[in-house]
Amino acid sequence: MTITEIQDDIIADFSLFEDDMESKLFYLMDLGKRLPPITPAHQTEEYIVKGCQSKVWLFPVFEEGKLFFEADSNTEITKGLVSLLVKIWSGKTPEEILSSELYFIEKIGMSHMIGSQRSNGFSSMIKQMKMYAFALNKAQ
Amino acid sequence: MSSKLLNIESIRKQFPILHQKVNGKDLVYFDNAATTQKPLSVIESLNTYYSLHNANIHRGAHTLADRSTGLFEATRKSVQAFINAAESEEIIFTKGVTESINLVAQSYGRKFLTAGDEIILSQMEHHSNIVPWQIIAEETGAIIKVMNIHPNGELDMVHYQSLLSVRTKIVSCVWASNALGTINPIKDIIALAHQFNAVVMIDGAQAGSHIEIDVQDLAIDFLALSSHKLYGPTGLGVLYGKRKLLEAMPPYQGGGEMIKEVSFEKTTYNSIPFKFEAGTPNIGDVIAFNEAIIYVTVLGKDAIAQYEQSLLTHFVNGLYALQNTFGEKAISLIGTAKNKVAVQSFVMENKHHFDIGLMLDAKGIAVRTGHHCTQPLMHYYGIEGTVRASFAFYNTVEEIDILLESLKKMLERG
Repeated sequence: MTITEIQDDIIADFSLFEDDMESKLFYLMDLGKRLPPITPAHQTEEYIVKGCQSKVWLFPVFEEGKLFFEADSNTEITKGLVSLLVKIWSGKTPEEILSSELYFIEKIGMSHMIGSQRSNGFSSMIKQMKMYAFALNKAQ
Repeated sequence: MSSKLLNIESIRKQFPILHQKVNGKDLVYFDNAATTQKPLSVIESLNTYYSLHNANIHRGAHTLADRSTGLFEATRKSVQAFINAAESEEIIFTKGVTESINLVAQSYGRKFLTAGDEIILSQMEHHSNIVPWQIIAEETGAIIKVMNIHPNGELDMVHYQSLLSVRTKIVSCVWASNALGTINPIKDIIALAHQFNAVVMIDGAQAGSHIEIDVQDLAIDFLALSSHKLYGPTGLGVLYGKRKLLEAMPPYQGGGEMIKEVSFEKTTYNSIPFKFEAGTPNIGDVIAFNEAIIYVTVLGKDAIAQYEQSLLTHFVNGLYALQNTFGEKAISLIGTAKNKVAVQSFVMENKHHFDIGLMLDAKGIAVRTGHHCTQPLMHYYGIEGTVRASFAFYNTVEEIDILLESLKKMLERG
C-alpha cells in the first residue's frame, strides 16, 4: 500500500467514531498496544525522541533500501500515535518518506487534541523519522 | 448544586467562561490551582478601565491620570484590608508570586545574607520558592536546609525545629501546597522562626483564595499572593512586607516611580511601596483585581472554604470508593493531610498521568497533569507526576461525579 492509501485507511477507521473523542483515544491506545515491541537493547537514551512530553523511542532499521521503524512510548496515547507513523512509513523508501505529506491527523479530527504544546512531541517524532530517511537517502 | 451559604447556580452565571462545550461536552474546569476563572465584574472592570479611565498613574496633572491613580491606589487599600495589613504602604504590586519571592530573595537576601547563614525551605515547595533562594544562596554563600514531610503530605515539625538555629536567617514556606493541598501550620512555623530572629516568607499562591488572611495576627514578615489564582487578572501579584523590613531593603529594580531624585552623582529612592514599583505598573489589572477581592469578600472566605471542603470530601470519598472496587493500588491518593485546601492529586497504576489528562480532556474535563513545578516533592513520592483536580466555589458535586465516572471507565478498561 502507498503512504496515501494507508493514511486514507486510517481516516476511514477513525471516521466510525464521528465526534466521540473519548472513543478515538481508546482506539488510539488499542493501536498502541498492537505495536510490535521494540528490541530492549534499542530502548536507550540514544533513541529517545527529544521534545516530547512523554518518552518516545524510535529505532531505525535499514534493509534493502527501505526504512523500518521500531518504536515504543511510556504513555499509551503517544504509543498509539507513534504506531500510526510506523504503520504509514515503515517499509517505505527514504524518497517516499521524504516526499510524503501527512494529512491524516487533521482528517481524523484530532489535531486540536495533539495540537499546541502536545504537538511538539508529535512533530518531533515526524521530524526524527524524516531525519533518518534523509540520512539514509544521503548515504545511498 | 447547593450550599447552605452560597447560591452556586447564580455564582456560575457570573463566570461566562464556564458555559461552553469542550470536545462536545460541557466544560468541567478543575484546574483552579493553576488559575481561577474570572467573574463578570473583573472582566467588565478591564473593559471600563480601557474604555474610560486609561492614563498613566501618579504625577499626572490631568483628570484621567487622577482618576486612574485613585482607582489603582484603591486596590492597594483593598488588599490591605483583605490581608489585614497595618498600612497600605506595606502592599507592593508585582508580576506575581514568583516575582514577589524573587524580590525578597534578591533585595532582602542580598543585603542580609552572608556565608554560612541558613535558609530553610520545605520538601513541598514550588520551584518558585526554591530557585530564587538557590540563586541568592550561591551568590552569598548561604546554605539551604530542607524541612522533611510525612508521607501524608504534612510537614515534619519536629524536623523543622531541629533545623532552626542562630544561623537561620530566612524561612520560606508555602502556606497551602499546590500539588498536595496541605495547609501548613504557618502560625507555628513563624513563631518558632522568630525565636531565632529569622524572617519568614510565606508563599500564599494557593492560600489566597481559600483561607482567611490576617498578616498581623500570624506575624507574617513577607507574604506573596497571586491575583490570577484569586479570580483576578493574570500577570499580577502582591508582596506584603512589614514596613521596617521593606524600609531596610534596597530597591529591587531601578527606573521610573521608584526614585525621589535622580542626578548622575547620586540618586535617592522613593519611600515604600513605590521604591519597589519601578516603571509603569500593571494599572488596568490592578484596578480589575479590586473587583476580584470584592467578589471573594462578599461571598465570604468562611462560606467559600466550607463549600469547597464539601467538594473535596465528595471527591475523596469517590476515590476511596473506586479503590474499594478496583483495589487500593489501582488509584492512589497523593496528599492526605488532615488540613487541606480543595486540591487532590492522584496516580493510577499502569496509567500515565499524560494519558489520563488527555482522556479527561476528551470528556471536557480540565485537570492538571505532571510534576506541578514541585519536582523535589515528586522525587519524595517516587513518582514522575500526578493528576491534580483542584476545586473552586463555582464547581459542583455533579461535575465531580462526571470526573469520577470517567476515572471509573478508565479503570474498567484496565
